[in-house]
Amino acid sequence: MSVETTQTSSTALEPAIPETGKGDLLRRLVMTLGPILAALVIAGCILLAVGVDPLAYYGFVIERGLLSPLGVQQTLTRMAPLLFLAAGLIVAFRAGMWNLGGDGQFLLGAVSAAAAGPFLVQFLPTWLALVCAFLLATAVAMLWSLLPALLRAYQGVNEIITTLMMTFLGTSLANVLVKLAFLDPSTTVPQTRTLPVEDRLPRLFDTTISSGLLLGLVAIIAVHLVMTRTAFGLKLQVVGANPRAAVHSGLGVPTLTIAVFAISAGLAGLAGAVDILGVQGNVRADWNPAYGMAVIPMVFLARMNGFAAIGFVFLLSILSIGGESAARRLGVPHHFTLVLVSIVLITLAIAEYIDHHFIKTRRV
Amino acid sequence: MTGLFDEVFLAALLFGAVTAAVPLLLAGLGEQMSEKAGVLNIGIEGMMILGAYLGFLGAYYSGSLWLGFLAGALGGMAVAAVMALLCVRLGLNQIVIGIALTLGLEGLTALLHHFQFSRSYPRLPAADKTAIPLLADIPVLGPALFQHHLVVYFAVALVFVMIYIYRRTQLGLNLQAAGDKPAALDVAGIDVIRTRTIAVLTTGALAGLGGAYLANVGAGIFIPFITNGAGFLGIVLAMLARGRPLWVLFGALLFGVCLSLTTAMQVAGINMPTDIIQMLPFLAVMIMLVLFGRKASLPAALGMPYERGAR
Repeated sequence: MSVETTQTSSTALEPAIPETGKGDLLRRLVMTLGPILAALVIAGCILLAVGVDPLAYYGFVIERGLLSPLGVQQTLTRMAPLLFLAAGLIVAFRAGMWNLGGDGQFLLGAVSAAAAGPFLVQFLPTWLALVCAFLLATAVAMLWSLLPALLRAYQGVNEIITTLMMTFLGTSLANVLVKLAFLDPSTTVPQTRTLPVEDRLPRLFDTTISSGLLLGLVAIIAVHLVMTRTAFGLKLQVVGANPRAAVHSGLGVPTLTIAVFAISAGLAGLAGAVDILGVQGNVRADWNPAYGMAVIPMVFLARMNGFAAIGFVFLLSILSIGGESAARRLGVPHHFTLVLVSIVLITLAIAEYIDHHFIKTRRV
Repeated sequence: MTGLFDEVFLAALLFGAVTAAVPLLLAGLGEQMSEKAGVLNIGIEGMMILGAYLGFLGAYYSGSLWLGFLAGALGGMAVAAVMALLCVRLGLNQIVIGIALTLGLEGLTALLHHFQFSRSYPRLPAADKTAIPLLADIPVLGPALFQHHLVVYFAVALVFVMIYIYRRTQLGLNLQAAGDKPAALDVAGIDVIRTRTIAVLTTGALAGLGGAYLANVGAGIFIPFITNGAGFLGIVLAMLARGRPLWVLFGALLFGVCLSLTTAMQVAGINMPTDIIQMLPFLAVMIMLVLFGRKASLPAALGMPYERGAR
């Protein structure tokens, strides 16, 4: 079952329509890889301009992020929070709601998990403590999205602005919580108490990969199936495609809006929890990896398709882990990853335009 | 709490409020024009950050603040030109491109800053102030409001220029139509794409100028991510002002007071973590959105690319 969604607001970057035939798949592949290559070239020129050898940079990124055994395990572990964030964004974007507050929701989820985890393991079995921490992180992140959800549902206030404002607030609030409420008294570094390594999410087999990766994969596949295979998902897609039509077909748009925000924010909160309970163990003051903003372009590149998003999250993860290492070795700040991602996004949008306006019309 | 209300402190607080308000005012006025014409310009944060970077660079290397402002405005306009090409002419998704431009330029300016200034962090000399005769002699209010850099007076004058444009000129009418009923404008024989391009370019120039002011006069230095959401605050101002430039001015001043209070409280040594104080302006935005959000009306065709003949 598929829904032909004709977005009113845009011609480009529509949700994926299932491919038919081999030629279509090939075209999709060219239309995705072409822009990425173009972006790598343009970004390479920027590196050249600041006096860094782009081939050396990309070489380090690939070596560390993909080829070295330790690096690839880090890459796979890093995917866990990114997958949860991507899952949350897929729900929101497919329903036509621009939840750009992922970073605030992520951090508040992370802080909640970091506060609850080490406290609860003292008198609960580890598995139960972890489950409770996950639930708390989800609930707190959901709560953080309630105000933008209500404003959008009942007042029609643009959610882009409100979620962005809430993300600025959430980042500061997370810091306040770390510094004032959950400060670890036993260290001089301002950070929360640390969850002992043996109480964290188990690692997979004999590797250092956190089992959070599996949770993330389950989350994004579940979201994909719910959005494409269930009545609830169909309803959300209708709301996203044409809210007015959704009202006329008897859907409770305000309730669905609040549900979308809750699911989307809850998944962002889980992303924070999975990073803390699986990898970090605590939250340091002023810690903000800003994963949310970097994942948004990936979800677009994947055309809001869950399976494609897994691939792009893997790519972002390589860039992020490899970029950190290349940054140390070549002295390029990790902000370069932002530049690369944004150029990919723009070249992809242009490719989509060319595809839409020249190639399709020629075939018709 | 001693001295919170003494004259010098109050004057400094108000002076800081005006300084903080000017970038928001410029961004808000610019965004208002884009939104009137039907373009939701999320890339404004990117335009501001490039304006701040180039503005600082221009002023630092030329030694002239004015060349800095020019460079900042041109930088903002260059970003706007990309946005106009991709979103207005090609009709690509305005939100996607806006986010991409903001992210990319934040990253790029941080990258360039790292290679150029991360070891020295050079500062600009304090900006020249122009006192308005007579008015500047009023106690407290004089030094707070009427002894500023010329760009401040320009920004305030711009409010009235905008009012004139929207109320009395053909261009104002065209902009309004481009946002509310682009097809009607097209039928009237006026190029929708061109009208919207003018609006977006103006936004870019104003946002770039605002960014340059923020770096050159407000801070005297460029640091990565210096705009810290000022562009987004500009979008909020434009939304709440419902197309009225004067409201952008009042809103900008209100946020300016919040931002100035943030620094003033830190200077006054009030014992509160900076993180809490930094939340103030954004809290103010949320409260205003809760109170007045329902009335924030936006043009009918906002965010939709115009394609002739398309339904």
